[in-house]
Amino acid sequence: MDTENVRVVIPEPEFLSSGMYSCPGCMAALAMRHVLKGMGPNTIIALTTGCWAVIDGPFPYTSVKVPLLHGAFGTAASMARGLRASLDIQGKEDVQVLAWGGDGATFDIGMTALSAAAAYNENVLYVCYDNEAYMNTGGQQSTATLPGMKTTTTTESGLAGIRKKNIVEIMAAHGIPYAATASVAYPHDLLHKVQVARALKGFKFIHVHSPCPTGWRIPPDQGVHMAQLAVKTRLHPLYHVLDGHRYFMDFDPEPAPVREYYDPQNSRMLRLTEEDMAAVQAGVDRRWQTLSVRCQQTQAGP
Amino acid sequence: MERIIMNGNSAAAWGAVLSRVQVTAAYPISPQTGIVEALAEHVASGRLKAKFIMSESEHSVMASLIAASEAGARVFTATSSQGLALMHELLHWAAGARLPIVMVNVNRAMSAPWTMYCDQSDIVAQRDTGWLHVYCEQNQETLDAIIQGFKVAEQVMLPVMVNMDGFYNSYTTEPIDIYDLERVDGYLPPYKPPVKLDPEEPHTLHGGTGPHLFMEMRYQNWEAMEHSLAVAQDADEEFGRLFGRRYGLTEAYRCEDAELVLVSAGSLVGTLREVIDDHRALGEKIGLLKIRYLRPFPAKEVRQALASARQVAVIDRNVSVGMGGVFWQEVRSALYGSESGDKPVLGFIAGLGGRDVTPKAIDQVIRLARSNPPQDVPIWVELKV
Repeated sequence: MDTENVRVVIPEPEFLSSGMYSCPGCMAALAMRHVLKGMGPNTIIALTTGCWAVIDGPFPYTSVKVPLLHGAFGTAASMARGLRASLDIQGKEDVQVLAWGGDGATFDIGMTALSAAAAYNENVLYVCYDNEAYMNTGGQQSTATLPGMKTTTTTESGLAGIRKKNIVEIMAAHGIPYAATASVAYPHDLLHKVQVARALKGFKFIHVHSPCPTGWRIPPDQGVHMAQLAVKTRLHPLYHVLDGHRYFMDFDPEPAPVREYYDPQNSRMLRLTEEDMAAVQAGVDRRWQTLSVRCQQTQAGP
Repeated sequence: MERIIMNGNSAAAWGAVLSRVQVTAAYPISPQTGIVEALAEHVASGRLKAKFIMSESEHSVMASLIAASEAGARVFTATSSQGLALMHELLHWAAGARLPIVMVNVNRAMSAPWTMYCDQSDIVAQRDTGWLHVYCEQNQETLDAIIQGFKVAEQVMLPVMVNMDGFYNSYTTEPIDIYDLERVDGYLPPYKPPVKLDPEEPHTLHGGTGPHLFMEMRYQNWEAMEHSLAVAQDADEEFGRLFGRRYGLTEAYRCEDAELVLVSAGSLVGTLREVIDDHRALGEKIGLLKIRYLRPFPAKEVRQALASARQVAVIDRNVSVGMGGVFWQEVRSALYGSESGDKPVLGFIAGLGGRDVTPKAIDQVIRLARSNPPQDVPIWVELKV
């Protein structure tokens, strides 16, 4: 599928209100906007702690027009399991459950709960919005932080052997019906993925790259641009995996060097040598190569 | 009604069946595992029409149950010790969210050193999480407390923790009355939540709350807990009328003219009854106060029961290191400044980590109590140092 030309009509109805408590240019808010358009009104959100716990607004206000349950940190997947069970026993199998968490809640503190929900193939969609650090608390390192990026808790210089956790591969390895990446910069692709996922029964996972202008110290109008660069540099390839083994590349951009993603963010970059950048590039190239081979194998058939 | 020989874990699972629990999430931990297995069996056999969530941790158990309850289902689980501690964060959440969850805790000491035997240090450490805490002496009482627990929880919208002692209750077989489901239905109607997550009527629940409202919300928890004293009393009386058993918030046993009253909670109470009877047979004026509710604390009943005693001895199967047994503190606090507050209240620590508290040990407590021991520090019973 050619993501830039994918024919998806973005539905008119809005499930977010104005007056949200997001920062200017918040990409997490944009991610939720698109995902809810894909899910529709018959949805309940299990929301774990993170930026979105704030964005929604303070009690008694809310900016979300579908039922939303705030929960403790790292519990999105567990809450989603509880909602699913509760709805099913009450004969409401048609109500969809959307689990929603940031990268800290997903890659880190919620990992065991997420893995269990996937292994038991719960009929829910889990969306992780990834802004590459604990942005709600001001930008501490998570296992979604890219090597060479400086956070408020970074103690080492250079790459320090750090790798960003490959969450989609971990989720796909559970053999779930659907595991995908998406980006706020490619709303048609994101929306299409939500629509595909909601139609499948079982556990679905979408990893949405979602830049944080405030935390990354970039202008508020640069979020989408940075998200585009992440895709074009292949740092965040757009693809999906069916049943843990059938791979599909959703966008094959003319590759740009990873420098193009790192350089505009020098305010949050550690001092990286040419060798460091070459190492980051090599990691990105390796991953792309692996993905390409798997996609070709899928094309070739069993 | 059927009378079946079973252990405490099986009785607890039957309590969930008779309460028509709709969602359960569970994680195994000794000595609670039998409850999880029995629940799974009840669900698998279709006896209990519920969803069974096999969780990967106790933290997730409670998170799943919170969400399931928010979506309108009656929910139940059981845990113990380290598992309870892992849930701690969400125990506060469940109470703050005003959810009528009922959970059995099978009392087990907290490690280190690694142990799996009984004491109540696990649950007293959760005293301030906003749950109602009930302590059971024997297994029928546990089953009954679960049914009563839902009855109370769904009226006051607070969660209820039903405690049974690990090993002494969990693995002891007793004849248990399994009531007819229809009769329990007459006592416990289906759960009708005042608010629930429903796309037909969307609500956002538990969003960020600032200083201008938080205190008032906590005060509502306080009021609900205060109110639960009367609700629990009524629920117990109604249960007594229908099923022939009532337990009270406390039970004063042979306290009328007692000079010395022993106070305790849980399975130890069964041993104390025997010892009291033996001493009474010798003409000694000794009574027993069984405390069933640690929260809400039935201070009025405790004061009443201890009014005429010359001396009180609280036997705690737990210790708050640096202060003493928790029930001792609670009783002293309830008596302080009251008309019943004019007597020595002694604190005894016994049975930690599964050490048996034998009638001989209780005799030692009685002897020590009569020897004018210090009142400001706890006395460790049968300590080998």
